[in-house]
Amino acid sequence: MQNRVFVTGIGIISAIGYDTKEVLVSLLNRRSGIGSLTLIDSVYRNEIPVGEIKASNHDLQQLAGPGSNKWNTRTTLLGVLAAREAYEQAGLESGTESRAGFISATTVGGMDRSEIFYKKFMADKSRGRLKNIIGHDCGDSTEKIADSIGIKGFVTTLNTACSSSANSIILGTRLIRNGLLDVVVAGGTDALTLFTLNGFNSLMILDREICRPFDETRNGLNLGEGSAFLVLESEERVDRSGKKVLCEISGFGNACDAFHQTASSPEGEGAYLSMKLALDSAGILPGDIDYINAHGTGTRNNDLSEGTAVRRIFPAELPLLSSTKSYTGHTLAAAGAIEAVLSVLAIQNGVIYPNLNFSRQMNELDFSPVTELIKDIQIKHIMSNSFGFGGNNSTLILSRCS
Amino acid sequence: MKAFIKSAVAISPQKTFGIKGFPTEVMDYAETGFLKCIEPLYRDFLDPMVSRRMSRIVKMSVCGALGCIQNAGIKMPDGIITGTGLGCIEDTEKFLGSIYTGEERLLNPTPFIQSTHNTVAGAIALAIKCHAYNATYAHRGFSFESAILDALLHVSENPDTHILAGSFDELTPNSYQITRRLGLWKTEPVSSLSLIKEGGTGTMPGEGLAFFMLTGKRDDNSMAQLRSMRTLYKPHSDEEIENVMTRFIEDAGLSSSDIDMAILGLNGDNVSDRIYRHLMKGVLNGIPVSCFKHLCGEYDTSSSFALWLASVIVQSRQVPDCIRLGDMIPEKMNQILIYNHLWGVNHSMYLLSSC
Repeated sequence: MQNRVFVTGIGIISAIGYDTKEVLVSLLNRRSGIGSLTLIDSVYRNEIPVGEIKASNHDLQQLAGPGSNKWNTRTTLLGVLAAREAYEQAGLESGTESRAGFISATTVGGMDRSEIFYKKFMADKSRGRLKNIIGHDCGDSTEKIADSIGIKGFVTTLNTACSSSANSIILGTRLIRNGLLDVVVAGGTDALTLFTLNGFNSLMILDREICRPFDETRNGLNLGEGSAFLVLESEERVDRSGKKVLCEISGFGNACDAFHQTASSPEGEGAYLSMKLALDSAGILPGDIDYINAHGTGTRNNDLSEGTAVRRIFPAELPLLSSTKSYTGHTLAAAGAIEAVLSVLAIQNGVIYPNLNFSRQMNELDFSPVTELIKDIQIKHIMSNSFGFGGNNSTLILSRCS
Repeated sequence: MKAFIKSAVAISPQKTFGIKGFPTEVMDYAETGFLKCIEPLYRDFLDPMVSRRMSRIVKMSVCGALGCIQNAGIKMPDGIITGTGLGCIEDTEKFLGSIYTGEERLLNPTPFIQSTHNTVAGAIALAIKCHAYNATYAHRGFSFESAILDALLHVSENPDTHILAGSFDELTPNSYQITRRLGLWKTEPVSSLSLIKEGGTGTMPGEGLAFFMLTGKRDDNSMAQLRSMRTLYKPHSDEEIENVMTRFIEDAGLSSSDIDMAILGLNGDNVSDRIYRHLMKGVLNGIPVSCFKHLCGEYDTSSSFALWLASVIVQSRQVPDCIRLGDMIPEKMNQILIYNHLWGVNHSMYLLSSC
């Protein structure tokens, strides 16, 4: 009998709030975090809106407290804050957990500081402060966050582009189910960078307005930044401590679209497979899902592909569906964990968040997302999708504990 | 958790690709200060129309992966898992450079698309239309280890499964410059083959990739059994490392006297090598020792080269002379221990057995 895996703590920082409480208030009040870019020096400052956290690195460092320093990457600082909230909520004590793991995810790691280095380095190979480049790799932020909460049993980092932190939650769940670890803090972190802003812009998939997921007039995504972590614990450990459980990670799926390096297949094969695998692993039927927190980036390609795949999985009655990307922006590697945290909050508070800016149903689909806040709803199972470049598709199922 | 290695492929600064066993000729890198991969003939594996858009590391990695799948004699793996310390840095640098030179206007998206760490795993899946599990780890000296751990979990969940797990890391002129300024490398040119000497400072950078097909069931093609793997993060003392190693061997049902050979990650830098030499006088005393970084150089995922080497040794039951350290000649080739660390932070151990 495999161990069941429960969520006992959540932590988040994003453009709509510095912790779970603030984030929930924003969601309940239709408050989007998308606005002007203020902290990065880019020619697109007044042209491309983003989900930016309005705190400088200095401010974040003050919040992170001792142990952080001015050379920390923004990716690290965001991660420290989110992981700490999750860790404290679960009542874990730093440095005392032996069979514990820390699994993070990031797409561009410490790129926010590498850019500062690289600009100087490009002009002259002997220039550029080395302190700005040593945190470039994806493992740097993970180790600093793990050290800040005192976990050393097992440490690693996923990078499957925009599905990264869904995969860190999946790995954490599997390590506990297989009895290798008892407690895992899993999630991801990504800061806004010139690199990603220009990368997505060169692909011509950044909307010049607040994104409109699943809308016929949608015209791209908004980049965001943030971090979220979940504390996962084994059933045995939870039983022993008698601590309050927030929900269960009851199912997951990971599949590859294998269609194109960046584009999703029109029929959404990878998305279909990852949702199907998740349902099978949870041992539930499509009709058991109450709400889908879609990947729903707002690009022409994703929403069509995902929408088509959702229809294939749910040929009869479709569950309620919305995308929360118009609140947080697309936070890349952090998105899966951020949306898992939003899903936990939905289960806890009996709410379903409206999809913002929706006006016209897509021609190719026969359904629309939720557009008004739904309150006092009993939610049993939520499906959360995260899809990435390289065809890396992942799905989580989070369930209320009876 | 254990698994059988059905095939193992390495593309490295040695002529390791497209041959059976260990290469007869050993390459020495004396003037360059670094070790670079010997590239395969891409057209044997890739349609030139496809490979033309790929960067060097993506091309090499896809070739290595396809070679591994071919050698394993299977059509479609049940999972593709890669690990990389720095991902596709050539394209990362290219795109970053274009942002500044082009002042953020009219940028070519191709290097951005190919800069992501999961480009290789995605490109392998695309090449064979594999819809199965797909993941990429990017964590310094645990990148390859995480890929192996994930593969071992899959095999333990379903012994019939076949998982392609591997790693890749590339060295570019810029990454060499930056790490040289960080003081990681030898300042005077030395012969790579004489890298592993006591008392030196700095090592030599390298690069490479290796892929393995892991499955839960033994068959006639099995090369070796991976009995166990573990990581150790920031150990606080030599004693902790020694205790973990002893327990690691005991947990596999063995004692240190059962180990026929230890392959250690000595790299010629006295700070880095101190722990290996300490263990050779302690828990590894009396065990024949081999090393490998004089053949592939130092990089985040160099332990995959060691695992490739160990797989070849266990299968062929021959130890190439060029890897032996000291006078002890291993009598048997049944149990091989690999121990490696990256800058004293990321430590890993593997135990490989003959089939």
